[in-house]
Amino acid sequence: ASQQLVGVVGLEVHAQINSNTKLFSGSPVRFSAPPNSLVSFFDASLPGTLPMLNRRCVEAAVMTGLALNCTINKKSYFDRKHYFYADLPAGYQITQQRKPIAVDGVLTYSYFGEKKRSQMIRKSVQIKQIQLEQDSGKSLHDDDRSQTLIDLNRAVGLMELVMEPEMKSGEEAAAAIRELQLILQALGTCQGNMSGQLRVDANVSVHRPGEPLGIRTEVKNINSIRYLARAIYEIQRQIDAVQSGRAVQNETRAYDSKSVPMREKEGLQDYFMPEPNLPALIVYEDNASLPTGIDPSQAVVVQKIKDRLPELPGVKRDRLVQTYGILPEHSFTLVNEDGLMEYFETLMKTTQREPRKVIGWVTNELLGHLKQRDMSVSQPISPAHLAELLKLQETGRISSSAAKQVFQEMWRSGGKTAWQIVQEQELGLVHDSAQLHSICQKVVDSHPDEVHAVRNGNKKVLNKLIGLVQKETKGRADPVLVKEILQ
Amino acid sequence: MLGLTLKEVSLAFREGRISPTELCRKCLNRIKKTQHLNAYITVTDELSLTQAQESERRLQRGVPKGPLDGVPFAVKDNFCTKNVRTTCASRMLKDYVPPFNATVVQKLLDQGAVLMGKTNMDEFAMGAGSTDGAFGPVKNPWSYTEPYRTLAGPEADWVIAGGSSGGSAAAVASLTSYLALGSDTGGSTRNPGALCGVVAFKPTYGLLSRHGLIPLVNSMDVPGILTRSAGDASVVLSVLQGVDVRDSTTVPAPSSHAELPEEFDVRNLCVGIPKEYHALGLSPDTRAQWSRVADLFEAAGARVEQVSLPHTQHSIVCYHVLCHAEVASNMARFDGVEYGHRSSMDSSTEAMYATTRHEGFNDVVRGRVLSGNYFLLKQNYQHYFVKAQKVRRLICDDFRRVFASGVDVLLTPTTLTDAARYGDFTQEDNRTRSAQEDVFTQPANMSGLPAVSVPTALSSRGLPIGLQLMGKALDDHRLLAVAQWMERQVGFPSIGVHDDYRQCSDTSSTVQTSA
Repeated sequence: ASQQLVGVVGLEVHAQINSNTKLFSGSPVRFSAPPNSLVSFFDASLPGTLPMLNRRCVEAAVMTGLALNCTINKKSYFDRKHYFYADLPAGYQITQQRKPIAVDGVLTYSYFGEKKRSQMIRKSVQIKQIQLEQDSGKSLHDDDRSQTLIDLNRAVGLMELVMEPEMKSGEEAAAAIRELQLILQALGTCQGNMSGQLRVDANVSVHRPGEPLGIRTEVKNINSIRYLARAIYEIQRQIDAVQSGRAVQNETRAYDSKSVPMREKEGLQDYFMPEPNLPALIVYEDNASLPTGIDPSQAVVVQKIKDRLPELPGVKRDRLVQTYGILPEHSFTLVNEDGLMEYFETLMKTTQREPRKVIGWVTNELLGHLKQRDMSVSQPISPAHLAELLKLQETGRISSSAAKQVFQEMWRSGGKTAWQIVQEQELGLVHDSAQLHSICQKVVDSHPDEVHAVRNGNKKVLNKLIGLVQKETKGRADPVLVKEILQ
Repeated sequence: MLGLTLKEVSLAFREGRISPTELCRKCLNRIKKTQHLNAYITVTDELSLTQAQESERRLQRGVPKGPLDGVPFAVKDNFCTKNVRTTCASRMLKDYVPPFNATVVQKLLDQGAVLMGKTNMDEFAMGAGSTDGAFGPVKNPWSYTEPYRTLAGPEADWVIAGGSSGGSAAAVASLTSYLALGSDTGGSTRNPGALCGVVAFKPTYGLLSRHGLIPLVNSMDVPGILTRSAGDASVVLSVLQGVDVRDSTTVPAPSSHAELPEEFDVRNLCVGIPKEYHALGLSPDTRAQWSRVADLFEAAGARVEQVSLPHTQHSIVCYHVLCHAEVASNMARFDGVEYGHRSSMDSSTEAMYATTRHEGFNDVVRGRVLSGNYFLLKQNYQHYFVKAQKVRRLICDDFRRVFASGVDVLLTPTTLTDAARYGDFTQEDNRTRSAQEDVFTQPANMSGLPAVSVPTALSSRGLPIGLQLMGKALDDHRLLAVAQWMERQVGFPSIGVHDDYRQCSDTSSTVQTSA
């Protein structure tokens, strides 16, 4: 019998460069500006205008390349890619087809395994290249009036990252993109929002291992990580097609709960030509390699960018594991959830408790509540308040079950401190041994059968008695003390 | 007064012998009288007078902006002019009014020069005759001079101005402007300069900004300078040259001298005569002038050597592939969406594009777009575009080798013959004509080298013949010094005006064009 069909996924990512002005013109970049309010003569492709390369965008691409372990090409070129579309006013897009700014990188990413959710799987994917290119404008189709409205504000700088087809599932693709997103955000080269700033296209095909790749389709308009994981239902669609003897068409599909065909791929009509108005893009290794006459403040110097690289997510995770002695899985969660790591580290500065005791509160209690309410870490409970709660628990002022109750209450009340809640709701532990003695006596007196069982050596029943005492005290009895008394 | 050189006019302004408004009125008058030449697409008369008045006030206060203050100039209609329509002689841009000035135009205006109007050309600069524009052909001013009328007979058809900057050359030759901007991609400034008997200079690629020049072939386009003397061209070059942040291909100017040396010793000069330029179709008149000037150099003590540029013969074919490919690309923006002509056909965006482009472009443009796209097809790219680029490199290497061997300038004809009669010229199609006409001029564009056409003599038909000097990259100033030396030796006659010229000429039937 022939081997099973497996999916192959390659990703193309368009990341909008986080810069003040556009890639080839001096017009400013601003989110949600009125349509066509940020359009220079060049952006509108007025005849006679020429592109002027924005150095900041080049630096962003170099920095991204370095963070992804790419080789930075000291000399790269710009090309024109021609096609007619209303929001592409020049009739071509300036990109880097022949020789891009960065090549041969690698992105390492991890995700929780399918079978054992707690087991982390580590993988990596080759980055074929990172190229600088111009974003197109935006078309808005008004079907009622059969009009198309064009907004040219968007012609900002893009980094196109091409990943080799090495991933096998939507989950892998989603994890890789999440890691990329974290890296870009750490670098500040792209804000990484998937509803526009980070656009992902997936090339999907199926084959039997060892055989050549099948015909691929391109799935576009994937606008969230969750959709990315699901859009690769396309793999199943293709497997079904192949198994039932239908051919896979080379086409572009859009994601719409399942993938649907968009248009035929116009492979033959992509005309390329070198961009004659931009000289070769030269970057320098270090200040020493700058030729005389070049102003160092105007040149792109790789070493200077390397020195400015911030702590990347992978390094952050290693540091967290080392500093706090937490599990790699925990470090993964801390880094991957927006703001969670900062929360944890602030908390660790204010609490005396061991990191291993604290981590569960952050990755389970806090994160669970956040997810349930679809909220971000923007301070429903401040690290200081949580630290206070942990202290109450540590010093034996409240039980661990009461602590969870207080946590819930803190969430609900918004702003009340743990101590306020403990006092208001009388959740503090009862340490008064006379008081506990009398409660224990009452329980013992009313449950002769159980007492008898304990006396005959059935230790389990002791727990039941303790439980009954806790019920009387609404869980506030010091469990250690209760056990002593009962024994 | 109209026949003076730019430098002479400048001096006359300072000495108060002429006023800018007076001169501006005379030029506008002259433009009217010579309307039949069809040199201008747009005459800016009111704006011209306003600028002239401002200049006059500066001169009266004794604070002129420089040697060009008050000097009338004309601009080929493919340079953007703010608030003045810029058509490229195409229906596509018939009513297009740019919101900005091309850098070279702005620099002239900043110097106080007075814009007279926008000159006629071949549509989008594609042509060598100025016969293929939406506003009709340009007539060569020499068609109406005594020598031509006498030698060719009174019934003789008018002759073409050359192209594609025919309007600019005709404007300078017919004494309506003292300088004009042309563009030069394959010879488009030098060709009409030679046929109209004016100095036509194509600077080194990158020395002048292309920002605001509506492109033909970006990697070869250079703004060209048309004047009545090499000295004038040097003054204009010093104003226009240098780095422009809006054009990433510009380079710093190596020299800021406006003036050429009064005494130029050619005894240390080595003049190369490329043997491959003895081309088929070279007229006996032109060949004779070529020899005469070579002899003049030799007699004055210059070393004159035969040199070889073996790849020159492939230049034209190679040029056509590269040119058409860039044309296909550059013309893509004219789709009727943002500006320019838009067809009333609106059944779909694609139909709107297709009819807009069909209605807006002439056959020449459409033909080049079609073949250009063919050359750029994935399966043809290596075979045509890449191969043409390799040949281009070989052509550049030819020049490099010759200049490295000690040659300072190359002396060649500019065109094969003097100006053709309109009826004869239009017997052949645009493509054939472009291939024939650009044969001597086009290699300088391939290699980015500076080149200048110097009016040399009149042909046996009484029409101008120009010879071309080519120099090393960025050696523009010395090239113009050699051109000035040559200009002073050859004794090219000033334009002798016939009929309509005589009436408005304020000096005599002949006017001095150089000192």
